[in-house]
Formats: sequence, structure tokens, C-alpha cells
Amino acid sequence: MFQTYILPIIIFAVLGVAAGVLLTVASKVFAVKTDERLDELNEALPQINCGSCGYSGCGDYASAILNGAPTNMCKPGGDKASQKISEIMGVEFADVTEEVAFVRCAGTCNTTTWKYNYDGVQTCKASNRFYNGSKTCTSGCLGFGDCVRTCPNDAISIKDGIAVVDPSVCVGCSMCVKECPNNLITMKPATQKIDVVCMSTALGKVTKAICKSGCIGCKICEKKCPSEAIKVENNFATIDYSKCTQCGICAESCPVGAIQKA
Amino acid sequence: MKEIFVIILSAMLIDNFVLSKFMGICSFLGVSKKINSAVGMGAAVVFVMVCATLVTFPVYTLLLEPNGLEYLRTLAFILIIALFVQLVEIVLKKIVPPLYKALGVYLPLITTNCAILGVTLINIDKELSFGGAVANAFGGGLGFTLALLLFSGVRSRMETCNVPETFKGVPITLIAASIVSLSFMGFAGML
Repeated sequence: MFQTYILPIIIFAVLGVAAGVLLTVASKVFAVKTDERLDELNEALPQINCGSCGYSGCGDYASAILNGAPTNMCKPGGDKASQKISEIMGVEFADVTEEVAFVRCAGTCNTTTWKYNYDGVQTCKASNRFYNGSKTCTSGCLGFGDCVRTCPNDAISIKDGIAVVDPSVCVGCSMCVKECPNNLITMKPATQKIDVVCMSTALGKVTKAICKSGCIGCKICEKKCPSEAIKVENNFATIDYSKCTQCGICAESCPVGAIQKA
Repeated sequence: MKEIFVIILSAMLIDNFVLSKFMGICSFLGVSKKINSAVGMGAAVVFVMVCATLVTFPVYTLLLEPNGLEYLRTLAFILIIALFVQLVEIVLKKIVPPLYKALGVYLPLITTNCAILGVTLINIDKELSFGGAVANAFGGGLGFTLALLLFSGVRSRMETCNVPETFKGVPITLIAASIVSLSFMGFAGML
């Protein structure tokens, strides 16, 4: 009885306590002094570890701030976090350019067609391996919601077969950008209301045949834009957000409705 | 003395933990990207292996075996290994912070590095003496370091190679690892 049941318990209790004591002593002796501000900074940051600041996580960015990194890099935290950080560091408040994610595809169930019925693993990445997805457009939104699953704030939803970002919920962490196998998600300033909703690299004729709202690369917007903010490259138009004045002329002149005003 | 030398050499080359027994592959592939961190990781593994053996061997022979509790050895050994890994982590963080950063997540992963548990269990199974067990652990650790070092050299060469698209990344790394492992089979039966 004693040897079978109680002795092992005693042995392991003693071993465990000894290990605990040793570790406690070691952690006291080898304690590393950390800057008190580090904890405060970590508290000010949203701790979603999105990496949109360019550092590997919130903790990494916090220690970078102590070493003199700019205080306005945290996009999900926005002005609020920047305000707190500048208070902790005792520097002047720096404004954060809030960004939101935007899915550059409008190939909904009504506008595009299908090549085949996909019945495999229900993710965009898996579907994309079979002839670039089941939609006839090879560069469009696959609609299986890989981005939806990564979004920490549930800002993305699948509507009519394509992913749609709710800009009022999106905090601009850019985690979804990496997920999209077709690289359709771009980050744009939150104030930007006009955007091209297609990234099809196919020739205009082909795009027109497979999707009703695809950019055909006709360059009408490029010619009409008063501030030269739109360029057509690889058969689709792209807006330079830094030049765009949001006059809306492009959206009105687009023959296929590939430029939309939110 | 000769015996000890034979044990170290055989643990290092013939029964190399990574390349012949295929233990500790995770950290082998994870830390072999740079030579510096490979050396650091190797040193940490040698330290943990030797220290763990120094404690697990007496714990087994003096505490568990006489009481007929051999079946609890895995549990006891893992506890002791976890303790030493924690110690190494605390000490490294204080004394060599750059190495601590370079090793990153692989440092706590030594706990689950089966090569460490493997060496302590093999010491028992081979019925080595105390000195032999420590030598086996030391040789095993050196062998792990050697494998990491050799492979980090191979990998740094691969960085500049034009690898076919299909094999880029993990596949070519695994193929290279198997070739390095194959070359170590040449040591089999040497002693």
C-alpha cells in the first residue's frame, strides 16, 4: 500500500517542490530589469499582434518605441493608442492615418459565372489550386472566406459570393491582406470613398465576357480624371490614393461600373 | 578512460540523435538557418542533456528503481528536463540576451525535444554507469550540435542555389537533411 500508492506521491511532491524552489530562487537571482514604461506601452497597444506596424507583434513594437520608433505606427489602435503612447513617452502626439481593408472584386453571384462545381475543402487557398478557383474569372474573390476567418473583429462577411469589408468595424490591422490567395485585399485610407472593384489581369474582351462588373481596361477613367490619379496597368485601373480628390468623375464615366463610390 | 571516449564518440557520430535516431528534428530544422543560433542552441542542448542526466540518473537508480517505480521514469524525467530548460532560459535571458532572442521559441521547445528525454531513457536502457551516462549525454549533445552546424552550413549554401519552384522551402530542406543523414550512415558499425 505505502510503496505502491503513497511513496510515488511523496517522491513526486518532493521533486516538484524542489524544482519550484530552485526556479524561484533562480528567477530572483537572474531577474532582468525591464523598463516600467514597457508594461504601460503594452497596455496602450491593442495586443492583437497583427504586425501592420512592421514589427513582429505588439510586444516587439512596444520595445521598439522605447528605442525611438515612431509613436503613430499602430493602425488598429488609431489616435487613441497614439495619444496614450505619446503621453507615456512624453513626446508630441502624432496623428495616425487610419486605414481600412478593401476587397477589390465585385464578381458576385449575379455578375460572374462558374466553370465547375467545387466540392473540395472549403477554403480559398484549396479552391484556388484547382484551375484558379471555380469562378470563370481567375483573379476574382473565391468567396470561401479565408479573410473572414482571420479577421479579429469580424469586419468581413461573405455577401453574394464575395467578401465585403465593413469599413465601420475594420480597424486596419491588414491581417486579411496576406490571406487572400489572389491578393485582392488592399489597405486604403479610411477617408477614401472611391475605388476600382476589379483586379482582373485578363484582356478587356475576356473580362467583359466573364464578369459584368469587371474592369475592361478601356482607360476612359484615366483620360477623364482631372488629377491624373488613375492609371490602367495589367488591364485594370488603379487609383493613386495620394492624388485622388474623390471628385467621382471616374465612377460616373466607367462604362461597366467597375469604379464604385461607397 | 578509453570506455568513456568510446561512448562519447559513438553517441556523437554513430548513434547521432538527429541523423541516425531521428530525434529532435523540430529544432534541428528550426534553428539550423544561421550558424550563430545553431551553436547557441547546440550549447543549450548540451547543457540541458548533461544536467538532466546528472539528476535523472541518480533519481532513477536511487529513488525509483529500489522502490519498483520504474514505470514512472518518463514522468520524473520530463519534470527534471522542464526544470533545466526553465533554468537555461532564465540564465540566458540575463547573461546573453541576443542569444536568447535568436533562439526564440526553440528554447522552451527544448523541453519537448525528444532527444533530451531520449538520452536520459537510453542511459537507463543501456545500463550504463553514472560516468558512462554523463559521457553519453555529453556526446549526444555534441552530436546534436555537430548535426546543427553541418546542416546550417548546407542551408546557407542552399540560400544561393536556384532551387526548382516545387522544392523551394521545406521540401528541399528535408531532402538535404536526408542526404546529410545518409552520409552519417557511413559511421554505422565503425566501433
